[in-house]
Amino acid sequence: MRRTLLVIAVIALYVLHQDFWFWRTAYPFVFGFIPIGLFYQACFSVAASLLMWLLVKFAWPSHLEREIEQQRPEEDATS
Amino acid sequence: MIPAIFVFIYLAVVLYIGIFAFRKTAGGKKAEDYFLASRSLGPFVFLFSLFGTNMTAFAILGSSGHAFSNGIVTFGLMASSSGLVIPLTLFLIGTRVWALGKKYGFMTPVQMFRDRWECGHIGTVIFVAQAVLLVPYIIIGIMGGGTTLNVISGGVVPYWFGGAIVALVVMSYVFFGGMRGTAWVNTFQTILFLLFGAIAIIVIGSGMGGFRNAVQAMQASPVLAPLLTRERISPLYFFSYTFIPLSAIAFPHILIFCLTAEKMNHFKKTVIFYPLCILAIWLPCVFLGVMANRTDMPQIRAKQEARRVLATQGKTMAPEARDELREKAAGDDVIMLLLQRYAPLWLAGLLGAGIMAAVMASDSQILALSTMFTEDVFAHYGGKRRFGESVQVQTGRIFVILITLFAYAVALRAPETIFELAIQYAFSGYAALSPLLVAALFWKGSTKWGALATTVWTAAAVVAVAIFQHAVPAPAPGPPTLIWALSGYEVLTRTPGGTAVFGFMPVVPMVIISALLMIVVSLITRKPTQATVAKYFFDSEPV
Repeated sequence: MRRTLLVIAVIALYVLHQDFWFWRTAYPFVFGFIPIGLFYQACFSVAASLLMWLLVKFAWPSHLEREIEQQRPEEDATS
Repeated sequence: MIPAIFVFIYLAVVLYIGIFAFRKTAGGKKAEDYFLASRSLGPFVFLFSLFGTNMTAFAILGSSGHAFSNGIVTFGLMASSSGLVIPLTLFLIGTRVWALGKKYGFMTPVQMFRDRWECGHIGTVIFVAQAVLLVPYIIIGIMGGGTTLNVISGGVVPYWFGGAIVALVVMSYVFFGGMRGTAWVNTFQTILFLLFGAIAIIVIGSGMGGFRNAVQAMQASPVLAPLLTRERISPLYFFSYTFIPLSAIAFPHILIFCLTAEKMNHFKKTVIFYPLCILAIWLPCVFLGVMANRTDMPQIRAKQEARRVLATQGKTMAPEARDELREKAAGDDVIMLLLQRYAPLWLAGLLGAGIMAAVMASDSQILALSTMFTEDVFAHYGGKRRFGESVQVQTGRIFVILITLFAYAVALRAPETIFELAIQYAFSGYAALSPLLVAALFWKGSTKWGALATTVWTAAAVVAVAIFQHAVPAPAPGPPTLIWALSGYEVLTRTPGGTAVFGFMPVVPMVIISALLMIVVSLITRKPTQATVAKYFFDSEPV
């Protein structure tokens, strides 16, 4: 379930990158000088970072790490 | 000349870091130590060096130049999409490659492919495709170094001498320091990049009297107002660009860097902070590139005039005249012009060093080529067995010298635009090679013949696009030239910026066909043995 939600979140963020709704307008200017389209994409980058944090927190492939750690004692024993 | 002095100090520091790294390696006789820093990079160096490796001169000079001509769309097009796709591929593919490298001792992607698909010569074909696509980067890095030193010194340092200095410095620290030296230098360079963005926006912003008035004035101008929106780029083109960051993980120098982390945990910070690092560098550069349109510098006015003539009279011009105007209108130097105009000399020098750091990103590509040559060719065809590991490392070092000399010789003779174009093709080419990694790591049924089909298709497609764009000159800004239509649908068009297939950039069909070829050809050809496949799919894999 958790994995499905994360996959949906990744797809949703990818779709949200195509922000055609701000395509032809510069208004409003955020802080008086940042066109909304640029501000949106800057916020998108922050959202991407948050999504990465969620992936690291809830879907980290720790089985790969375990595999390597298990291999080390075996190597030590044989050497 | 003062800014050039700062740049020379920077070059000296970089050289020292490389030689210091050499001392740490105690001669660097082990291949894994020289080429992969003994897989021992810590989290901080891993994050900054991996990020720095992926940031070329384009991150500062090209991004602001693209934004100068196309507006704020540059950020969404190239930066924020990379901020999602690249860390995602590092999370999914980078971690797995790291684990396999640690487990089986791989040092290059081709070594992994050869083992995964039980092949020899097909691996060599993949090596050739990867190497050919990588060489233009090295050449353009040396060209960028020569040009930047020439501009920063006000013409005192000639192009040939600037290029030679940059080539020599990069060659020296890669030669001596190997991966450790390259990673440390990249870390130092990334810190400079990050400082560059913040300082440049503050200094130029205050020099311009704040951005509010400049933005309002641009909005009031019918010519400049579109630069504050994305109307100059079509949504299909914008969507197509999200395929380009797939190239990052397929670049051999990035994949080889993934093998250098001491622990897999080090990927965590890299994956999380990657989008923020991109934001910190690209947002100021893109914004300043757009704002450059509101400065009163004669050089900027000349560029805008060339852009205007191209838009109004381009259709009636000869292709050569259009190309000449395009070059005049190009904004790759606007950020340096802004610094000259608004920053005090000493600060312009410091920021010039930041630009130099971006330009000198060819180090990891040189090292990657050297690693690939010594592992995928020299060692694979018996050199390591016959001559030993020490000779292998020496061969790698000699290769570093030879490839740098070759790149410098080409940089002196060939026009820069050729290699800029080659890099455009290379991005699409590497993106089309990304299905190789996905298939090798996530699909038990993939075969060497599928890999060969994908590689041959990628090479053929890159060559076809290059020939097409050479044969059909780019039209003037405005509607594209229709080349082939089918039942009323525009199949193939030549656009001012390149080629479109059904309105998409070529990278989209290239990646899709590449993936399809991998699937179809693998389904009808013989699979590797079960024992080999089992090596790549971990027992403890969650279902």
